[in-house]
Amino acid sequence: MEKARPLWANPLQFVFACISYAVGLGNVWRFPYLCQMYGGGSFLVPYLIMLVVEGMPLLYLELAVGQRMRQGSIGAWRSISPYLSGVGVASVVVSFFLSMYYNVINAWAFWYLFHSFQDPLPWSHCPLNSNHTGYDEECELASSTQYFWYRKTLNISPSIQESGSVQWEPALCLVLAWLAVYLCILRGTASTGKVVYFTASLPYCVLIIYLVRGLTLHGATNGLAYMFTPKMEQLANPKAWINAATQIFFSLGLGFGSLIAFASYNEPSSNCQRHAVVVSLINSATSIFASVVTFSIYGFKATFNYESCLNKVILLLTNAFDLEDGFLTASNLEQVKGYLASTYPSQYNEVFPQIKNCSLEAELDTAVQGTGLAFIVYTEAIKNMEVSQLWSVLYFFMLLMLGIGSMLGNTAAILTPLTDSKAISRRLPKEAISGLLCLVSCVIGMVFTTEAGNYWFDIFNDYAATLSLLLIVLVEIGAVCYVYGLRSRFASDLQAMTGRPLNWYWKVMWAGVSPLIIISLLLFYLSDYILTGTLRYQAWDASQGQLVTKDYPTYALVVIGLLVASSTMCIPLVALAAFILRCLKRGGGTTSEV
Amino acid sequence: MLWLLFFLVTAIHAELCQPDAKNAFKVRLSIKTALGDKAYVWDANEEYLFKAMIAFSMRKVPNRGTTDISHVLVCNVTQRVSFWFVVTDPSKNHTLPADEIQLAVRMNRNRINNAFSLNDQTLEFLKIPSTLAPPTDPSVPIWIIIFGVIFCIVIVAITLLVLSGIWQRRRKNKGPSEVDDVEDKCENTITIENGISSDSMDMKGWHINDTFMTEDERLTPL
Repeated sequence: MEKARPLWANPLQFVFACISYAVGLGNVWRFPYLCQMYGGGSFLVPYLIMLVVEGMPLLYLELAVGQRMRQGSIGAWRSISPYLSGVGVASVVVSFFLSMYYNVINAWAFWYLFHSFQDPLPWSHCPLNSNHTGYDEECELASSTQYFWYRKTLNISPSIQESGSVQWEPALCLVLAWLAVYLCILRGTASTGKVVYFTASLPYCVLIIYLVRGLTLHGATNGLAYMFTPKMEQLANPKAWINAATQIFFSLGLGFGSLIAFASYNEPSSNCQRHAVVVSLINSATSIFASVVTFSIYGFKATFNYESCLNKVILLLTNAFDLEDGFLTASNLEQVKGYLASTYPSQYNEVFPQIKNCSLEAELDTAVQGTGLAFIVYTEAIKNMEVSQLWSVLYFFMLLMLGIGSMLGNTAAILTPLTDSKAISRRLPKEAISGLLCLVSCVIGMVFTTEAGNYWFDIFNDYAATLSLLLIVLVEIGAVCYVYGLRSRFASDLQAMTGRPLNWYWKVMWAGVSPLIIISLLLFYLSDYILTGTLRYQAWDASQGQLVTKDYPTYALVVIGLLVASSTMCIPLVALAAFILRCLKRGGGTTSEV
Repeated sequence: MLWLLFFLVTAIHAELCQPDAKNAFKVRLSIKTALGDKAYVWDANEEYLFKAMIAFSMRKVPNRGTTDISHVLVCNVTQRVSFWFVVTDPSKNHTLPADEIQLAVRMNRNRINNAFSLNDQTLEFLKIPSTLAPPTDPSVPIWIIIFGVIFCIVIVAITLLVLSGIWQRRRKNKGPSEVDDVEDKCENTITIENGISSDSMDMKGWHINDTFMTEDERLTPL
């Protein structure tokens, strides 16, 4: 007896699931960085253009395919053409790689969350060295937040070759992260549908609280003014446009198969056009909203550091010249420096090398992205706020919600094709399949908890999904427009499903503009990889207390190559296999159409 | 004669207490930084208190129980406020060794700080390092406790969901076999009365194949 396909309890659950999946850590830690690097307020121009021209059409396409075919990615593309099920397989492979390394971020978020319940926060001060005469050397050279991240959390080794052993603390947190994900996906859409109410809405609550707190912080307006002042000349920089297109593409999570999986649980008649527009708009609005919060925090941190620097200079001069305590302030500093230089030149020359040039712009210019922003810069700002434990708990709880929301989409992309396939779902119940997936990913993910784990994490983060996804989505558009037939079948299918005709705008975008953008992105990435020659990475040097650039060893390059190849090669290999199978069937003489 | 003695004494004192003299220590106070509006002015009375505290600290050192305020000499007071001080022996000819003074100050640092409402950073004795506070490590790190709580909650929730899923599936496996028999009987009666009834096709919905199959089974004996 065939079971009816499980459905979302109401359309709101579907929209929340898509938002929860699309709004992830990239909105918080990548978009503000891009905004800062490519012209502040003026970056919004290419970003919004790319949203309308690339983001919305591609999102609508994936949702429509999922809703029409009512199967996971492998089944959906097989229905379009048996030669194209490789696209689905490639999506599943990429999703598997992503889920392996992405959950490590949740493990780190758990680690920081658990450590936020201490007074004072462990990353706010340096620990004492072994004989209690001073502070730990590495911590003095770097900062206390960097020390806590690189030494206490990661216990990072100096290079990728020295892999060290599995650290039991992050390993425990990783196990907990996978158990939490398993709990959410255990029952399929029944449980996922309820969890996404929280994972989609709670981050917004925290962001609003942070917005109010951030805007009232001392120095927040410095950050906001600096970042949002548009630098119009960046509009002529092609990198700004390329990065805007890339950000829209990866932020929506296209090509993983998660959106197809989510949409396949929809009622056939739901209005996926409206859902696509709503989800993409909310995703971009969240990015902009999160960057306002981030810039006000940046401004606070930069102002705090600038004022500390000034205070150090003031203390130095006051002590060197025995001036009256409180005489030197930030406003008369330059005057007094001039006076001292002229009145006591020899003494001033002695002190001069130690006087640092404090600059607010230099502090604001430190642009950070990724785990560095989330775990180093933000924690540095939080430790200087009042009631820092509360802000820390809120912040890491939000990161956790964002991360788990995205993980739900990733695991759905893998599980939906597995549960659709009758061969597997007849033998094992849904809970066992999900459990096996979580177990396998957790065991492989232990690699990321070794001492060199963060370097492997960076490899996966930079190379596992980037090229493959572009290729997958390109083949997807090509398949829908030219293999399935845009005007002939797909448009009429959509009209039959939703009850209204397909707008000409979508047809133009799908057939022409979006593929062109993806091809140009692909060409740019390929030429970038080829031109830079060897690939390099940032390693933490404990003796200097900063990051140094190193070359990847050969076996790491081989792994990178395998990562990219294993997903992209699925497309031609499965097509070839399907062709061979078809030839064999025809050769065998059976005439039945499968 | 008296003037001569006075000059002699001050001259000796001047030699004993000088910046960078042997066994002399520099003290630096940041009263405005520490107290803001409630800052007091550093005058001769405060100096007297300081001398008293140093004499008090020295008296606690063995063999120095007879140290008097007059043995503590303060000089070169600047606006900062900073000054140098030495402690002399009862004969007022030699200064006491720096080690003893350092020991005395370190032992009583807290009392000296409290007398002036300052702390280690705002009342600095240059060249006398303050002992850093040892880290307070609880016996069980706090994060493990919270981790344990969350871990147990998640495990319990997973177990409950899995068990309820197994239980539901067992009920469904027993249930539909009974419901199926009833449905077949209904279809039998309807078919005998009305031929192929549309009701039975609607009831099974997607399972049109099953309806045909059951019909075949019924028809074959006929």
